Amino acid sequence: MDFIQNFPFFSIILSMFSGTVCSVLPRKAARWVNTIVVSVAGILSLILLIYLIGTGESYTYMMGHFPAPWGNEIRAGILEALMALFFCIIMLLSMLGGRKKLDDEVVESKHNLYYILVNLLLSSLLALVYTNDLFTAYVFVEINTIAACGLIMIRQNGRTIEAAVRYMIMSLLGSGMLLLGICMLYDLTGHLLMSNIKESVELIMAEGTYHVPLLITIALMSVGLAIKSALFPFHAWLPDAYGYSIVSSAAMLSSLVSKGYIFLLMKIIYRVIGFDVFDGSRIIDVLFVFGLMGMIFGSLNAIEENDIRRMIAFSSVAQIGYIYMGIGMGTQAGMTASVFHILSHAATKSLLFIAAIGLTDVSGGSRKFIDLTGAAYRNKWAGVAFMVGSLSMVGVPMFSGFISKLLFAQAAVQNHGKMLPALIVLAISTILNAIYFMKTVIRIYTPVEESKYESITFKNMKLYAVTLVCFIILNVVLGISSQPIVDLIEQGLAMFA
Amino acid sequence: MSKLKPQKEYEKTKAFHFFRWLSGSKDPYLGEVEMKPQKEWKVEESTIQERMREKQMLRDKVYDVEHNDKLIFFHKVYAIAAIFFCIALAGLLLYTVSYLPETGAADRPVNNEVPARYIENGLQETGAVNIVTGMILDYRAFDTFGESNVLFVATVTVLILLHTNKKKSKDGKADEEPENDRIYEPKNDAILQAGAKVLVPIIILFGIYVILNGHLSPGGGFSGGAIIGAGLILYLNAFGFKKTEKLFTEKTYKVISFAALTTYCLAKSYSFYTGANHMESHIPLGIPGHILSSGLILVLNICVGMVVACTMYTFYVMFRKGDF
Repeated sequence: MDFIQNFPFFSIILSMFSGTVCSVLPRKAARWVNTIVVSVAGILSLILLIYLIGTGESYTYMMGHFPAPWGNEIRAGILEALMALFFCIIMLLSMLGGRKKLDDEVVESKHNLYYILVNLLLSSLLALVYTNDLFTAYVFVEINTIAACGLIMIRQNGRTIEAAVRYMIMSLLGSGMLLLGICMLYDLTGHLLMSNIKESVELIMAEGTYHVPLLITIALMSVGLAIKSALFPFHAWLPDAYGYSIVSSAAMLSSLVSKGYIFLLMKIIYRVIGFDVFDGSRIIDVLFVFGLMGMIFGSLNAIEENDIRRMIAFSSVAQIGYIYMGIGMGTQAGMTASVFHILSHAATKSLLFIAAIGLTDVSGGSRKFIDLTGAAYRNKWAGVAFMVGSLSMVGVPMFSGFISKLLFAQAAVQNHGKMLPALIVLAISTILNAIYFMKTVIRIYTPVEESKYESITFKNMKLYAVTLVCFIILNVVLGISSQPIVDLIEQGLAMFA
Repeated sequence: MSKLKPQKEYEKTKAFHFFRWLSGSKDPYLGEVEMKPQKEWKVEESTIQERMREKQMLRDKVYDVEHNDKLIFFHKVYAIAAIFFCIALAGLLLYTVSYLPETGAADRPVNNEVPARYIENGLQETGAVNIVTGMILDYRAFDTFGESNVLFVATVTVLILLHTNKKKSKDGKADEEPENDRIYEPKNDAILQAGAKVLVPIIILFGIYVILNGHLSPGGGFSGGAIIGAGLILYLNAFGFKKTEKLFTEKTYKVISFAALTTYCLAKSYSFYTGANHMESHIPLGIPGHILSSGLILVLNICVGMVVACTMYTFYVMFRKGDF
């Protein structure tokens, strides 16, 4: 066995251990540990990705001295390594971009606790990505949920605490449904290991016994994860949670936490239930319809908002709708488009959140559009970054959003039954996206004669500006050299099955 | 009851005191327990009116609650839909359960090779007489490590929400914060203290026993830790913060949880790494049945127990609006 195969295990354990270590370190050291651990996890994932592209096949890794159905096991393929790499990059950039806000808005004695949460969040995301065992997945879903509540609450005012309580209730409902699903699946198959469950499910389908509980199980797990990732009718917790928490939390929640659950759902579809069985169930159509509704209603809500952060948050509802639409198409192409959109949305949405905070800071802290007029001239870097993010969200060529919309459209054309609704809603949603994002861009680029707010220069925000440039580069790279990444995703999905 | 004692003699017996306490003419707490009444919550009349006016205006002018048909309709539909949804979900789950494999049948899918190996080879492979402990701390130790981190992250979240910062005021008056519950608590409760004196050592000893014997008899880190935590909470209630602070402060919590989680992490990382790379782990399993046996399980049990005890105690302290 090659030494590189240890890397998933190293990155999970390293981030968990660093969470423990951060509890006793002084504040600055904890910050350094956090930055270094996230970078190291990213580098390990990159090396693993290159190694896996070289070997071309996935492998399982025994956690302990006992082989799979008895002990724990993790699994790494191209898609897992790609996701882990991406999550690490986004987390690193979000933390760097939000660092100043963290210092401003959070009591100093609680910074350590924040870094603990971020490290544990990273470990849970990595474990969700790499796990090959449903119960391990559930344990790390718990860590993810609690850490996300903490991330929302770290800035303490009434709004965030209310948002955290709301998030907790909805999210625990989702966890409960997932747990019920796992219990039933265990009762039906007698296994918790993903590959063994899949064999048993195939047997059940062939024998024709237990059809009803299997269907309910699929429904419970899909709906549970849909609630946790804020699919349209279950999105009530989202705008407050993303809108009022500190900016690095908002960026991480929107681009990492919800995406982790969606990735887990994909893993369940491919590696637990089996793509064909899932495709044969009616649940997939429900996800498709909810996705379409989310695309429209999320955008409509965003148009109504007069608060830039909440507007971006509602835009997330629409984008999650896109991802579920891709899953709901029930084809390989739709799934590829969904995975690509996870990457592209993660890169764009965290960019938008971080750019928006720069704009509100030079507008006296107000998030109302009237105060944001001309903000892009006062903070030029944030203005450009926000524009790039908006163009990408709308789907202008050269940026990542265009590619994901193209992939969705291609996937829709290949699917006969669902082509028309998917294409129509895609078009409507794009127009709605353009309405609210272009409105904002025009607003921040409207010159004002005499501004009552001061502008900020590069000297006073070096780290922030560099972070924004990195985000823009990431976005453009996803937009221009998309073909290799799409190929990787296709190879990874092929390894999944 | 044939002979009646003279009144004076009767007043000295315990029965007399007991019946007086029973009839309510004597309060044993009076004069013994130090109690402070809570300060009355004073609110200026004008602010109440202002707040009420805003609320009233919101109700009447903005929503027009009494005549707003849409709102009334929404509340009715909401209630009905909520009840319907709950009943439907419960019904659906019950319906599903009726299709699941029969409980206790020998040919259930659950009875496959996985539990068979746990039961047949568990003792030789893990060295733990208690198979459940062997399962959670050796076969599936990664899950349990995640589980103890769940407790850790839960404590961190509670600290974020409820921890007050005492150090802010530097003039030494930090203890007199009005929002602190400590100063209102009854102190020196004789009955509770007498009870605690007997019970706390027994509870904590029992907790330690449960943890140390986790691999031999039912129990283990989670249950033993919960018992120790309960003992600490009882001690805190009986003797107050001044006494427990000698034993348990925020620093103690940090040190203990750090030490426990670090030990767990390092020990298990070694075992994971050697296991995955098919190397031999040099940890002896010992003779099954002895206290010092079953390899890492004993150490891990102690770690989990410490984390659980700290978590229980910290939760209790935090939810009393205070600090450690």
